[in-house]
Amino acid sequence: MSVLAPTERGPIVRAAVGLGLYAAAFGATFGAVTTGSGMSVAQAMVLSLVMFSGASQFAFVGVAVAGGSPFAAVPAALLLGVRNAFYGVVVSEVLHPRGGRRFLTAHFVLDETTAMTVAQEQPPAKRYAFWATGLILCVLWQLGTLAGAIAGQAINPSDFGLDAAAPAIYLALLWPAFKRVAPRWVAVGGAAVALLLVPIAPSGVPVIAAAGVAVLVGLLPSRRRSTERPLEVS
Amino acid sequence: MTGLWVALVIAAVGTYLLKLAGLSLPESVLNQPRVQRVAGLLPAAMLAALVALELFDGGAGRYTVDWRTLAGFGAAVIALLLRRGFLVVFLVAIGVTALLRLVT
Repeated sequence: MSVLAPTERGPIVRAAVGLGLYAAAFGATFGAVTTGSGMSVAQAMVLSLVMFSGASQFAFVGVAVAGGSPFAAVPAALLLGVRNAFYGVVVSEVLHPRGGRRFLTAHFVLDETTAMTVAQEQPPAKRYAFWATGLILCVLWQLGTLAGAIAGQAINPSDFGLDAAAPAIYLALLWPAFKRVAPRWVAVGGAAVALLLVPIAPSGVPVIAAAGVAVLVGLLPSRRRSTERPLEVS
Repeated sequence: MTGLWVALVIAAVGTYLLKLAGLSLPESVLNQPRVQRVAGLLPAAMLAALVALELFDGGAGRYTVDWRTLAGFGAAVIALLLRRGFLVVFLVAIGVTALLRLVT
């Protein structure tokens, strides 16, 4: 791996720390909401340590505690994780992970690390950005989750407005996709289908039905030959 | 409770395997235009659905509305329109909701 000059590392590390602070705050929210809705600190930690993908984790907890079968939460979390597979293609073009290293690289394939990798010009900077962002984010996400999960047992998360955190963050993740027409309508369609199904479908089904909108629109023959890319983050 | 643990481990390991698949599958599979289109649209549909459900799904098949959560969410929309980053959007949303809960 070629060496990156310290002057080039500075801006990357600063951006990664900025993302890390948000990850700590969002991780703490995840922890507090998880234990606040009746799951254990251990369950919150296993989700953050192994699943390590914010939207999938929130979706799992949201569906699992909604009163139906906890297994309804599995497809919701997995379908949201599908985008990470496509980030993996982008990341492997830069990092070319081989052998055992692939298992560690895979764990760090996220919205934020992919965006930071893509944002750099030169391959050494791209590699540095991936690992710096991945390591900082991972450590702060775990610490945030632990602190939030412990606090969530003692406080009422909604007293601190934490029920507004997840929808606000999902919207922030979606925001860059709204620049294009197709994702905008798919988002509206997905939200509408999910809401219409609330009174008639068991919990977990509305989110999966929303995924059906994406599949349907994605498979329609498009007149414009523009390829949609996996979600970009700002 | 055991059922919850089993579901949790399946979902967590499965999510990790999806990341690993992206690094391991031949590019020809994931580079197909249709596969790429569906993958690009999945987060848009599902995240939007999650936003709607977080705001209006009261559980047990009922709708719910809490105007304080909605106000925090609205403040987040304004922060996004002003091109603020994740941390600001997050703090604005929980700050407005918490403040309104405190005073009402």
